[in-house]
Amino acid sequence: MTRLLNLLLNGVTLGAVYAAFALCLVLIFRATRIINFAQGAQAMFTTYLAYQLVSNGQPYVVALVVALVSGFLLGAFVERVIVRPVESGPEINAVIVTLGLFVAIEALAAILFGNQFQSFPAPFGVDGLRVGGVDLALTGNDRYRIVAVLVAAGLLLALFRFTNLGLRLRAAAFGQEVARLLGVRVGRMLTLGWALAGLFGSLAGLLIAGGSLFSPSYMQGVVVFGFTAAVLGGLDSFGGAVVGGLVLGLTQSLVAGYVASSLVTMAALAILILVLLLRPGGLFSSSVARRV
Amino acid sequence: MSTAITSTPTGRPASSRSGGLKGLPGLRSTALRHLLLMALAYIGIVLLLQALDPFRASQLASVAYFIPAVAGLTVLTGLNGQISLGHGALMAVGAYTTAVLLERVEGLPFVVVVLAAVLVTSLVGLIVGAAAARLHGPYLAGATLALAVGVPGLAIYFEELLGGEQGLRVQPPQSPEWFEQLTGATSRTFLAYVGWALALVVLFLLSNLLNSRVGRQWRAVRDDEVAAQLAGIDLGRSRVVAFVVSAACAGVAGALYATVIRLAAPGSFTLVLSLSLLTAIVIGGLGSLLGAVIGSVLLVFLGPFLTDRGTGLGLSDIQSANVAPLVYGLVLVVLMLVAPRGLVGTVRLKLLQRQMSRQRATQRTGDQNAQAAGDQQQTPS
Repeated sequence: MTRLLNLLLNGVTLGAVYAAFALCLVLIFRATRIINFAQGAQAMFTTYLAYQLVSNGQPYVVALVVALVSGFLLGAFVERVIVRPVESGPEINAVIVTLGLFVAIEALAAILFGNQFQSFPAPFGVDGLRVGGVDLALTGNDRYRIVAVLVAAGLLLALFRFTNLGLRLRAAAFGQEVARLLGVRVGRMLTLGWALAGLFGSLAGLLIAGGSLFSPSYMQGVVVFGFTAAVLGGLDSFGGAVVGGLVLGLTQSLVAGYVASSLVTMAALAILILVLLLRPGGLFSSSVARRV
Repeated sequence: MSTAITSTPTGRPASSRSGGLKGLPGLRSTALRHLLLMALAYIGIVLLLQALDPFRASQLASVAYFIPAVAGLTVLTGLNGQISLGHGALMAVGAYTTAVLLERVEGLPFVVVVLAAVLVTSLVGLIVGAAAARLHGPYLAGATLALAVGVPGLAIYFEELLGGEQGLRVQPPQSPEWFEQLTGATSRTFLAYVGWALALVVLFLLSNLLNSRVGRQWRAVRDDEVAAQLAGIDLGRSRVVAFVVSAACAGVAGALYATVIRLAAPGSFTLVLSLSLLTAIVIGGLGSLLGAVIGSVLLVFLGPFLTDRGTGLGLSDIQSANVAPLVYGLVLVVLMLVAPRGLVGTVRLKLLQRQMSRQRATQRTGDQNAQAAGDQQQTPS
C-alpha cells in the first residue's frame, strides 16, 4: 500500500515536470501550429549551462536564473532566425528543421560537455517525508519541483489572462491577419511566445535533472512524454497539457514500478496512439474537429 | 532511374528527350529499362569490389545496407507525404529477426532469413502504418519519434530472447565455395556482393512500383487529398500500403545491417540513426531514388570523414564521434531553409528551368518554328 502511495506521489512529481514541458509545446503550437521537437534539446543545453555554474560553486539560484534567461534567449533566437522562414511553408519542412536542430544541439552539447552521465546536485534535500508513521517518498526536492511548476504555470496563466501583453499574444495566436489589422506586432508576439516556451522548457529540464543523472540525450524520453501529454490535452489547451502531464507521470511511475522501466516509452506510445485514434482532438480540446 | 518524369495518359514518358536508353527499340517497357540499368549497376559494383581493398569494400557493404532503408523512407516521405522518424526502429526489427533466426535455426538459407525479416518488419509496419494513416505532419513525427525512442527498450525488456543491453552476436552467412573460386573474394567481401544485390533488387522493385498505378496514387494522395478521394482513391489504404512497403525496405536494411555489423544491439538503433536516415533523404531530395543512393553514399563516407576532421582538430574520440551528427543536424536545417528540394530535386529544377527558357527563346526567334516549339511545351511539371 505504501509502495502504491509512493509510486503515485512519484508520478505526480514527474507529472508536474511533464506538464511544464507539455505547456511549452502547447504555447508554441497555439501560436505557430508547429511542434518544436528541439525544445528538449534546448532545455538540455541550458541545463548544462546551469550545471557548469553549480559545479563551479555558484549558488543554485544563480544557475536557475541563468538557465531561464538563456532558455528565453535561445527560444527567441530559434524562432526569429531558424523557424521564421519555414513557418508558412509545408508543415513537413518545419518538422524537419526542428528535428535537425534537435540533433545538432545534442551533438554540440556532447562535444562541449562530454557524452557521459553527470549528476546534478539536488537543490533541496532528498529526505523523504514522514506522516503519521508512514514514510512517504516525497522529498524536499520533489516538493520544490511541484511548487516551482505550479508557480510558473500560475504566472504564465496570469500573463495570458490579465495583462495587455497576454491579450496581444492570444490575439496573434488566434488570428494573425485580424491581430495585424488591430495593430498587434504579430512577428514580435510569435518570437515572444517561442521565448516564453524556451524559458518554461529550461525550467522543466532543470527540474528533471536536479537530484538525478543527466546527459546530452536525457531529454529524448521527456520530449516523447511531453508531446504525448500535450496531444492528450488537445495541443491547444493549457489545462489539458497539465492534466496530460499528470496522466503521463503517473503512467510512467506505475509502469516502471510494476512492470519494467524499459517499457515506459512504449507505454507512452500506446497512450499516444490510443488517444489519436479514439479522440483525435485530445481530451480537452477546445476545437470540435481537427485533422491530426 | 528517371522515376520522377511524369507520364502522359498513354503511359509514354512526356519528356521530349528521347535519347539514351529510351531510344533503343524494345526498351520502351519501363520494367525492362530498369532491369537493364540495375544489371549494369551491379556489374559496375562487382568490378569496383574487385578493385577495392577490404576496408573500402566493407564501406561499400555499409552503403548497401543504408540504401534500402533510405529508399524506403524517401518513397514514404517524398511520394506519399508521410514522415517517419521510426525507420531506425524498423531496421532494428529486421536486424533482431535476422539475429534470432541465424542463432536459433541451423542451416537456414540467408534468402529465407531476409524474407522472414521483411515479413516481420512488414507486420510491424502494418500495425504502425494503420495508426499512422490517420496522422499527418507533426502528429506523425511525434508518434514515430516515440517508436524510435521506445523500441530499444523492448530489446532490453525481452532479455532472454534479444540479449538485453549487450545485444545478440550475429554469425554472418558463409560464402559458398563456387563464389570464392569465381571471384577470389573472402567471406567478408561476400556480404558486400550480397548486400548490393539485395539493395539493387529493392531499388528495381521500388522504381517499378513508383511508375505503376500504386505510385501515381501515392503522389495523388500527397498532392491533394480531396482530389485523390474524388478520383476514387482510398486514402487510408494507400497510406497503409506505402508504410508497409517502406517498412519492408527497412526490414531488408536491418537484415543486412545485422550481418555486416555482426551485432544487433539496442545501442545501434538510436534516434540518431533514424534522424540520419532523414538527413540522407533530405540531402538527396525527397522522393528521388537516385537521391536515396547519393544520400546513403554520403552517410557512409561523410561520417568517418567528419570524425577524422574532428580528431584532426584535437578533439577526443567521443567528441569527434559527435561531429557527424552535428553536421547532419545543421545540414538538415540549412537545406530546408535554402534548398528544400535536396540535391537531385534542385538539379532537376535547374535543368527544367533552362529547358523552358531555351524553348521560350526558340519560340521568340521565328514564327516558322512556333508550331514545333509548341509541341514541346508540355514540360513535366
